[in-house]
Amino acid sequence: MGELKLMKGNEALAEAAIRCGADAYFGYPITPQSEVIEYLSEQNPYERTGMVVLQAESELAAINMVYAAGAAGKHVMTSSSSPGVCLKQEGLAYIAGAEVPCVFADVVRGGPGLGTIQPSQADYFQNTKGGGNGDYRNIVLAPASVQEMADFVPLGFDLAFKYRMAVCILSDGAIGQMMEKVVLPEQKKRLTEEEIKAKYPWALTGRKRGTQHRVITSLDLDSARMEEHNRALQRKYDEVTKNEVRYEMIDCDDAEYVFVAYGSSARIAQKSVQLGREAGLKVGLLRPITLWPYPTKAIQSLIDKGVKGFLSVELSCGQMIEDVLLACNGRVKAEHFGRVGGIIHTPEEVLEAMKKQIIGE
Amino acid sequence: MTEEIIIAGFGGQGVLSMGKILAYSGIMQDKEVSWMPSYGPEMRGGTANVTVIVSDERVCSPILNAFDTAVILNQQSLDKFEDKVKPGGYLLYDPNGITKKPTRKDIHIYTIEGAQLASDMGNSKVFNMIILGAFLKLRPIIDNKNVEEGLRHSLPERAHKLIPLNMQAVQVGMDNVKEA
Repeated sequence: MGELKLMKGNEALAEAAIRCGADAYFGYPITPQSEVIEYLSEQNPYERTGMVVLQAESELAAINMVYAAGAAGKHVMTSSSSPGVCLKQEGLAYIAGAEVPCVFADVVRGGPGLGTIQPSQADYFQNTKGGGNGDYRNIVLAPASVQEMADFVPLGFDLAFKYRMAVCILSDGAIGQMMEKVVLPEQKKRLTEEEIKAKYPWALTGRKRGTQHRVITSLDLDSARMEEHNRALQRKYDEVTKNEVRYEMIDCDDAEYVFVAYGSSARIAQKSVQLGREAGLKVGLLRPITLWPYPTKAIQSLIDKGVKGFLSVELSCGQMIEDVLLACNGRVKAEHFGRVGGIIHTPEEVLEAMKKQIIGE
Repeated sequence: MTEEIIIAGFGGQGVLSMGKILAYSGIMQDKEVSWMPSYGPEMRGGTANVTVIVSDERVCSPILNAFDTAVILNQQSLDKFEDKVKPGGYLLYDPNGITKKPTRKDIHIYTIEGAQLASDMGNSKVFNMIILGAFLKLRPIIDNKNVEEGLRHSLPERAHKLIPLNMQAVQVGMDNVKEA
């Protein structure tokens, strides 16, 4: 077993990056995720593992540094909060088009625009449905604990390199700022240049005499080749959808009504399940861990087992509900509940909403 | 066992660090814990509060609306959290600066003269440890030896020489908590 510590979510994410052998982090501070770069700066990762940590001059610069380092086969990550992630969208679209692996964390705060520094989950659309231009997807992992903030960094890198695409760790101000117990993994070594050359034949590692130069780009002006590139991306996304859906079910075995919630809302809804069960209601919780690919089949299997309705709980005006409704396809009732603007719903409120909107009292 | 606690006062009273020491001490006693601060503009000069949960089971919501115990260190926090104590729960407060006393009859109310006792000890910085001691007297959820371990883990190495003084403050808190 690794080392047991009490840490903030943001700090656990940063420490996990060092320990999983990341080569570089490029970022720019913004509340509520500034602890990531603060922690990395304090820890002297360059001395610990040779990992480069750089505060870029802007979010745009940071994401383009990620693009370049990822193209060279390096394990590279960045993080920001909502307005900063908006600035990174152009780079993320290039990264998707050029099939560059990377991990980025979004510690979401209230919007739109500069909004508020308090927790929010209103960037679900941005991270799961695009954000940048073109037909692309990012894998989106939604940690609901400090432990998962740490665990999803190495998982994110594994998926990013397996599929050569960006992986988003979609967190929020609550998960980023709270402290919990976390078991940290053992320190892994960074890959050597030789290991990168051997493992990633696509990576830009320097052309030798007599070998073809490699190109990593999102630009191709030949329409036929561009169409085939897009088809290939879609085939890759189909593979991800087939293989990488992750979710957790709590008290769903005999449930008649189910909360669907991720991240901090899942923690709150779990308490609502407890309160509901104490009051004799057969309620459960489906917690999507991947928001893309979405656990559509898990929702359908619950309907097959007799679930009569879903309440999608999110710190937003109703974004994930669209995926819940698609999965339900009109078979049972599904509605949204959520507080916004940095206000966090209480377990009691969430249970009340389930009673009023779905169960019908 | 699950103890859901709100600790609330002014920024600078050591509210967040008291919560952190409590949470670390919980870990030392093999408990599940969470520490959820209020953060942002609220912290600058205004009230600071932190929700700490110590439990035998996995902690579900780190954000709560009702608490087993409220530890209250100023009037604004008393106004805000007196109603949020569960019936039968505990409210512990430092009467220093409190002009409107709590009025509920369905909860246990205790006082600790933390500011006065810290000044008597000649070190205002141990204030939050006196409060922690008073809390642990009322809710003995963690053994003193694990509190000491919690301190060792939450303080930087250079402050470890202050652990005996901090443990002395915990004892002072335990000895001086009074029913209101």
